[in-house]
Amino acid sequence: MDEPLISLTGVTKSFGPVDVLRGVDLKAYPGKVTALVGDNGAGKSTLIKGLAGVQPYDGGEVRFDGEVVNLHNPREASRLGIEVVYQDLALADNLDIVQNMFLGREETKWGTFDEGRMELETSRALRQLSVRTVKSVRQKVSSLSGGQRQTVAIARSVINRSRLVILDEPTAALGVAQTEQVLGLVKRLAEQNVAVIIISHNLADVFQVADYISVLYLGRMVASVTTSETTYDDVVGYITGSKTYSGEPA
Amino acid sequence: MSTEAREAETTEALPDPMVADMIGSGVEGGIGDQVRAYFQRLRGGEMGALPAIGGLVVLGILFAILSPYFLTERNFANLLTQSATLVMLGMALVFVILLGEIDLSAGVTGGVAMCAFIVLVDVLKWNTWLALGVGFAIGLATGGFIGFFVARVGIPSFVVTLGLFLGFQGLELIIIGNGGLYNVQDPAILAIMNNNLPIWGGWVMLAIMVLISMGVSFWDRARRRRAGVPNRAVILVWIKVVAVAVVGGVVVGLLSQNRGTGFVKVEGVPIVVPITLAILWIGTFVLDRTKYGRYLYAVGGNAEAARRSGVKVITIRWVAFVICSFLAVVSQLFSISKVGSVDPSAGVSIVLSGVAAAVVGGVSLFGGRGRLMHAAIGAVVIAIITNGLGLLNLPAGVNYAVTGGVLILAATVDAVSRVRAGGSLFRR
Repeated sequence: MDEPLISLTGVTKSFGPVDVLRGVDLKAYPGKVTALVGDNGAGKSTLIKGLAGVQPYDGGEVRFDGEVVNLHNPREASRLGIEVVYQDLALADNLDIVQNMFLGREETKWGTFDEGRMELETSRALRQLSVRTVKSVRQKVSSLSGGQRQTVAIARSVINRSRLVILDEPTAALGVAQTEQVLGLVKRLAEQNVAVIIISHNLADVFQVADYISVLYLGRMVASVTTSETTYDDVVGYITGSKTYSGEPA
Repeated sequence: MSTEAREAETTEALPDPMVADMIGSGVEGGIGDQVRAYFQRLRGGEMGALPAIGGLVVLGILFAILSPYFLTERNFANLLTQSATLVMLGMALVFVILLGEIDLSAGVTGGVAMCAFIVLVDVLKWNTWLALGVGFAIGLATGGFIGFFVARVGIPSFVVTLGLFLGFQGLELIIIGNGGLYNVQDPAILAIMNNNLPIWGGWVMLAIMVLISMGVSFWDRARRRRAGVPNRAVILVWIKVVAVAVVGGVVVGLLSQNRGTGFVKVEGVPIVVPITLAILWIGTFVLDRTKYGRYLYAVGGNAEAARRSGVKVITIRWVAFVICSFLAVVSQLFSISKVGSVDPSAGVSIVLSGVAAAVVGGVSLFGGRGRLMHAAIGAVVIAIITNGLGLLNLPAGVNYAVTGGVLILAATVDAVSRVRAGGSLFRR
C-alpha cells in the first residue's frame, strides 16, 4: 500500500477530567476517500479540530508526508495544505462565488484586486470538479442552492491546492439529487490525488464514496477497514459498540 | 440560507445550462443580454439604489409642480449645500452599518471636534489648520475608542455609542459653556459651503470625473484581457461615460448660471461638491477594490466565515469605527461652515437622519449590503423633502412626518426585496 499522506498515532485530548480522545490512530491516503464514522460524542469533531489546528492535541504523534508535524494553530494546518470544509458552510451570502473562493487570499496587483485572474481560477477549479450547475461565477452565494453552496465550499480547497481535505457532514442538509452531486464531487476531488476525509452519519453515503472506513467509539478507533471488505451491519455494530473488530487495521 | 429555503431548493429541478469551455461571469453577450441580466437581478431582489433614485425623481417632479421656486438654479445650489452635511454623515455611517453595527455618536463626535476646534481658534488663538488637525484627531481617537469596546471587548455598538452620544453632549456643554455660541470667522472654513469654484473650475472638475471614469473602465478591461477572461461589450463603457458627461454637464451648466438676486454675481459649483465627490470616490475605491473593503463586506455578511478564512475580524471592525468617526468630523465641519457658528448642540439631532439616509438609499442595517453612493442618494432624498416642504411653507412637523414615512417605506422595500431574494414568499 502507498504511504499515507497523514497518519495519527496514539492521539489524545482531554477537556478537564473528560478524556475525549484516548489514543486514536488514523491514516489518510492521497487519492483515497477515508470515512470517519461514529456516534454522537465519539470524538469525531475533536479529532477534526486537532487536524485543523483549532484545538491542538494533548499527546500522540502526527506525521504529514512522513514528517512529524505540530499542528498548533490553523495557519500551520493551512500551510501544510489541510483544508476543513465545515458543516455550517463557511461562506458569506452577500458575496459572489469568486469573492468567496478567494476570501482571505485575494490576488492583488498594486493593492487592488486582479478580478480577471480570480474569475479564471474559480472557473478552472469548478471545471476540474466537473461542476455543471453554476451559471456564472459572479452569482451571489445567496442565490445558490444548498448543493451549489457545498460545491463552492469544496472547490475552495482546489484553489488552495490543498492536499488533505476534511469534509464535515457535507450531505447533511441536502436532498437526494444534490447529495448525489456532492458525492460525485468528493470522488473527483480524490481523483485529483487529494487525500479526503469525510465525516458522515449517513452510511449509505459512506459506502458509496469511501475507500476506507474508520470507526470511532468513545474516543477510541475501534475499527479501520477497507470498504469493499466489510458490510453495512458490521459497521453499524462497530459504531454502536455491539461488535468488536478483530482484524488488522486497514 | 434558512432551512426552509434550503429544503425548497433541494426539491427544485436544477438548472442545467450548456456546458461551455468556461463558466460564465455575467459579462457575456451584447447590450440586450446585459439589460436582461440587470432586470433579472432586480427581480432577484438586488434593488440597490433604484427605489431611492425613483423616490428622488418622484419627489423632484412633485415639488417642481407644487412650487415655482423648486427648479430654479438658486434652489438647486441650495439643495446641494443643504444635503452635503447629511450626505457625508450617511457615508460615514455606511462603514459601520455594513458590519451590522451602528454609531449613534457620529453626530456628537463631529460636534465635540468642532467645539474643540472653535475654542482653540477663538479663545486660544491657535492656527486654524492646527486646530482643525486637533478636531480630526479627536475623531480618530473617538473611533478608536468605540472600536476598542465593540471589536475587542465585545460590547454591542448600540450601547457604547449611546453612552458616547449622551456623554459627548455633556462634553460639548463643558467645552463651549452653557448657552455659549462662537462664530466661525476663518474664511477658509466658511468658504466650503458658501463659496463657489470659478466657472472654469466646475468644468475642469467634470472633465476629471469623466477621465477617471473612462480611465478606470479601460484599465479594468486591459487587466481582464491580460488575465484571459471576456469583457463586457465596450459600448457599455461609452454609455456610462456619456451618462456621466451629460448628467454632470447639466449640473455644472446649471450651477454656472448667475443665481444671485442682487448686484453680486453668484455662480459656479459650490466648493463642497468636489470635496464630497472626492471622498465618495476614494471610499468607493477602498470598498470595491481593496482587501479592507472586501473583508468589511465579508465580516458584515458572515463574520465566522471571514474569521475561518483568515480575515482579522477585530481589526476590520475597529478600523470601520475609526473611518466612521473621521468622516463624521468632516460632516460637522460642513455643518459649521454652512451655519457659521458653533453651539453646544452641534451634531446632536442629525445622527438619526444619517442612519435614515443610509437606509432610504438601500443600505441594509443587517450588514453586508450597501454602497456609499446609496447613502449619498438617500441623504439627497431626505434633503429634498426638507427643501421642498420648506418652499411650500409647510410647518416643520409635516417635514418630520413625511421623512419618517419615507424611511418606513424604504425599509419595507428592502424587506420585501430580501424576501424575494430568499424566495420564501413565493414558495410557501
